[in-house]
Amino acid sequence: MKKVLVLGATSAIAQATVRLLAARGASLYLVARHAERLEAVAQDARTRGAARVEAETLDLDDFAQHEPLVERATAALGGLDGALLAHGVLGDQERAQRSYGETEKVLRTNFLSAVSLLTPLANRFEAQRAGTLVVISSVAGDRGRQSNYVYGASKGALSVFLQGLRNRLAPAGVAVVTVKPGFVDTPMTAAVKKNALFASPEAVARGLLRAVDTHQDEVYLPDFWRPIMFLIRSIPERVFKRLKL
Amino acid sequence: MTMEPKSWGRYPRVSGQKAHPVTWTSEPLPVPPEGGSLLPHGLGRSYGDSCLNAGGSLLTTERLDHFLGFDPATGVLRCESGVTLDGILRLVTNQGWFLPATPGTKFVTVGGAIANDVHGKNHVRVGTFGRHLRRFELVRSDGSRRVCSPEENRDWFEATIGGLGLTGLITWAEIQLRRVSNPFMHQETVAFSNLEGFLKLASESNRDFEYTVAWVDSLARGRHLGRGLFHRANHAPPQFTARQPSPPRLSGLAVPFDFPGLALNRVSVTAFNALHYRMRNQGLMHYEPYFFPLDSVHHWNRIYGSQGFVQFQCVVPPNDAGVAALKGILDRSAHSGMPSFLTVLKTYGDVPSPGWMSFPKAGYSLALDFANRGERTYQLVDALDRLTREAGGRVYPAKDSRMSPESFAAYYPERERFAQYVDPAFSSSFWRRVRGAG
Ligand SMILES: Cc1cc2nc3c(=O)[nH]c(=O)nc-3n(C[C@H](O)[C@H](O)[C@H](O)COP(=O)(O)OP(=O)(O)OC[C@H]3O[C@@H](n4cnc5c(N)ncnc54)[C@H](O)[C@@H]3O)c2cc1C
Repeated sequence: MKKVLVLGATSAIAQATVRLLAARGASLYLVARHAERLEAVAQDARTRGAARVEAETLDLDDFAQHEPLVERATAALGGLDGALLAHGVLGDQERAQRSYGETEKVLRTNFLSAVSLLTPLANRFEAQRAGTLVVISSVAGDRGRQSNYVYGASKGALSVFLQGLRNRLAPAGVAVVTVKPGFVDTPMTAAVKKNALFASPEAVARGLLRAVDTHQDEVYLPDFWRPIMFLIRSIPERVFKRLKL
Repeated sequence: MTMEPKSWGRYPRVSGQKAHPVTWTSEPLPVPPEGGSLLPHGLGRSYGDSCLNAGGSLLTTERLDHFLGFDPATGVLRCESGVTLDGILRLVTNQGWFLPATPGTKFVTVGGAIANDVHGKNHVRVGTFGRHLRRFELVRSDGSRRVCSPEENRDWFEATIGGLGLTGLITWAEIQLRRVSNPFMHQETVAFSNLEGFLKLASESNRDFEYTVAWVDSLARGRHLGRGLFHRANHAPPQFTARQPSPPRLSGLAVPFDFPGLALNRVSVTAFNALHYRMRNQGLMHYEPYFFPLDSVHHWNRIYGSQGFVQFQCVVPPNDAGVAALKGILDRSAHSGMPSFLTVLKTYGDVPSPGWMSFPKAGYSLALDFANRGERTYQLVDALDRLTREAGGRVYPAKDSRMSPESFAAYYPERERFAQYVDPAFSSSFWRRVRGAG
């Protein structure tokens, strides 16, 4: 990935990835909502050695902007061979249970906006017969649990969409990498009590790029989540529905 | 964020601290909890309670770590205050630049380096970290933001350098780096047999060497009092770029848990000192092991066990009273039965710092580490504090957990002027202690 569009560039995982890409001398088109924060991330990437950094302030809930955004990024970097989708919200499970409005918000940001962005990106990459799409999903999408099934559903839908996309784009030589982090120590989880399962955004970013470099399709980060999620998926529904998870 | 923030010496322990991560420079400061206060917190590499705030909030800056710009032509670096010296060195050394002044660990933040106005082994030549600051932004609890420099808001600039995190939160800073030809040091080590030997070597070496520091055998007494090894060094000249010694491999060593209290007894300290005293070498080495020998073992502070340890660092004037105080301090600790594990002697020059509360002043600085053995240790350190005060010296807040309010008043004549610049919502355990307020 040499010319990369980064969506949700101020998120902790995206920032850590941007730093690694910058150190590799990549060109970056960074998109996030807060202008000041985005500027700090862009300056940081420039200082760390990125060949070129463009930044655009945009609310990705504005779907009408997605296609033109991909156009602008491609034009600005003189081509595009990678995209990282890292924007997302945790939402509030309780509020979502009380009102569909909250549920829809989570689904829109985490699933629909990703689909809307991936559509022009996939078409472009398919046509140029090269490129890598890296999308941050979550272990929470592997099985619905009462404590956060709305967030989980948005990520689960995303993971399935990516499976299909990967299947479609493989003949064109376009890679689709599904990243499934577990708990990450970020501002998103600031209110959550930390334990040994929490990983740093830096560790997740390193794993993410390793997955890209080694052509993996789906990666759990840290990788101990793969067996854990395998177990959690294997519990029969009969038993699962009685568990407090 | 993950753990209750502690200081490096893990003494004193304080409770009821809440960590409030600061992620972006533009964020407003939180309102302190009822009856509590705020204190910025870097990497907690201060030894005592100056980076602690019992019952209050710590504004942690781990994520305030963006570089904001670096000009390889001029060596001017702008970064957020949570950027570490390690991060800076990694970015700039292979572009021919280096930190103008660096402490003995690279795991400190720029904010922490400013707030303690840290110094390195080249104080005689270049003064403190604060001397090389061009500007920084200070955010106060009333929401005000000031860019401070020698030209703009000069009083705030001078109050905040060495200002112990009490004047507000530093969000970003601009530093003038210094040129180097390569990442290597040319160093040599010479033994000296007592304190007089040190003084002689120090005054000789300051002429030809930028970096000087001495390690002292804390158990030597009588005519050997103050014997040790003198390390002196310069950045390697340009011709060394051709055949470079390979940079060190990161050891990855870490002390995984607290050692039982007995690990550091007289026998082990004697053995360590005897071994160290025989080590002499000369030659080229990478800057990492030269500047940061302790950093290769992560969490070495755990060697002292869960009780932690107390460091004492003073500076005394370069006169007879000062030298007598050094002898008194060394003698007292050698006879205490509680040997200092690492004893370090340095020379400070008279390059002034802009900071009103900056610690270094011309003279000799002595640092000792004592395992925390409770009351006995505190009495010893209190006695060393008195010896320092009588000699007209001062103690370093970054290393302190014991200085008395009377001592603080004697050491820092600018404290009342400084106190007017302390943010009303900010405080620290140290500040309350030395102001005699609990
Ligand atoms: C092995 C070792 C060797 C050392 N060697 C030296 C040495 O040679 N010379 C020397 O001078 N010191 C030395 N020190 C001490 C160390 O350099 C200082 O304590 C330094 O200030 C620690 O920085 P920190 O980022 O960990 O800050 P902390 O210890 O977390 O905080 C230090 C102070 O800075 C304030 N602060 C932190 N961030 C900000 C901010 N953003 N805005 C305003 N205030 C802030 C805090 O409130 C506190 O008062 C050494 C320490 C260790 C552990």
